[in-house]
Parts: sequence; C-alpha cells; structure tokens
Amino acid sequence: MTITRWQRPILSTIDPFEQLLNFREEMNRLFESPMEGSSQAFNTWAPAIDLFEDKDNFFVRAELPGMKKEDIDVSLHEGTLLVSGERKLHEAEGARAHRSERFSGQFQRSVALPTAVASDKVTASYRDGILTITLPKAEEAKPKQIEVSVK
Amino acid sequence: MEEIMNAVAQQEKQMGNVSRINFVSPEVDIYENKDGYILEAEMPGVNKEGLEVTLEGNEITIIGHRQPEALKAETMYRESRMADYRRVFEIDPAIDSKKISAKMEQGVLTLVLPKTEQVKPRKISVAD
Repeated sequence: MTITRWQRPILSTIDPFEQLLNFREEMNRLFESPMEGSSQAFNTWAPAIDLFEDKDNFFVRAELPGMKKEDIDVSLHEGTLLVSGERKLHEAEGARAHRSERFSGQFQRSVALPTAVASDKVTASYRDGILTITLPKAEEAKPKQIEVSVK
Repeated sequence: MEEIMNAVAQQEKQMGNVSRINFVSPEVDIYENKDGYILEAEMPGVNKEGLEVTLEGNEITIIGHRQPEALKAETMYRESRMADYRRVFEIDPAIDSKKISAKMEQGVLTLVLPKTEQVKPRKISVAD
C-alpha cells in the first residue's frame, strides 16, 4: 500500500468559478515544497545500526563513514546503549559544491539491549567507517547448562 | 563544466542494465575549485582492497565491495545493507584522466580529479 497525500475532495459543483478556485488551490499545493515543515526529518542523520548476538556477547555495529574516533561517543545507561556524535565535513575553500548528499552534523542512536551486560568489559573499535561495540553478557544472563542426573 | 554532474540520467541508464538489488548508490559530495574536482563517496565497510575505480571513455565507475562478514554471530536486528556500492559519473572533458587519484579512509572514498593545465584559469599580468 502506498501512502498518498490527502486531497481535498472536490465538491460536486459545476460552478466554473469555483472550479477555477479549486484549480488555483491545486496549483498552489503543487508548488509547496514537500520538505517544508518536515525539514527536520530530512536534516537528521540516523546511521544504520545492526545488532548481533553470540553465546557470550552482543555486538552493535554502526555505519559511521568518515568520522574521527574522538567525535564518536558510546555510553551505556540502564541497559540502553547510546551511540552519538558529530561529523564535521570540511568546508572546501573557494570551491563550488555540485553535490552535497553527505550529512554533516549530529546524530544519535540508541539500542535497548535484550539482557544485562558486563558494562565494565564493553569495548569498541572503529574500522573502515564502521563502529563495532562488543558487549559481553553479564554472567547471570548467560545460558547455563544444568546437569540433571537421571536415576 | 556541469558534465561531472550530468551523472543522474547517466546513472539511471546504467543502473537499469545492472540489477538494482545488487548495488547501493553511495552518497556523494562533489566540489569544484580552480584546480579540478573533488568527489567524496560514503562507502562504510569498504577498504582499499575492495575498491574498484575504472575510467572508460568519459565515464568513471566507482565500485566498492564490502569486507566479508567477520562476525560469527547471529543477526538479531539489521539496518545496514549487505550489497556492494556502485555509482557511475560522466566526467568533464577538462579533467586530466591521467592524473586522477583515489584515497580510501574510514569508509570514505576521496577522488581528486584535476583539470588539464590548459583549462585552468591563468592570471595574465598586464605590462605597463
């Protein structure tokens, strides 16, 4: 299903003057920028986040190309991992921009971790524009094998 | 001078032939200064080894192969795409194709496309 813009229903009138007014309104709508008012939504950067799990760890990965390590912040608070930061793109001096598709500015993403993690053992690495955070699971959250002796 | 930018139509044509599903189009910034053009393309997960930049006629093709999955873990949630990157640009004839250089740093490709000496603006001093 596609989401289409709400259209004012055209009243069943044959008054040509009103038709003309409707037409004018339609035209005005046409020239309204669809970004207007919602520009905020287009101005934010939400880097792609992945979550992986193995027996002992959770891995959170974020695509953050072209950052400086020191501009990335990773914090853990009550089972929620927060990745935030700011990417500063250099303003080329005396240059004319032909395309500006890359995002410049602040971003923030959070991940609610499924179980408790050993917060003091969390590590992060940044390679090829990808941040990988390794979060070892807390001992109590790890699956335990219980031996049952069958008589 | 706009030629490097006339890429959109070109790109669409190119992408039409190749399956769209297999590639993602990297986001780019393109600047022009008196010496030439600078193109920066975002390709997280790609390093020097996975990069292919080819020049054919007046078209430059950028392909970035992602590093193979290193994590031996189960995916719980995924937003990133696994597809490789590809984008084609038509280049300005003023570009000196022999002098194009590429650099890959933290998932960002920087292409420097210098203009030939002949087209660079020159300052001509006026004799008294």
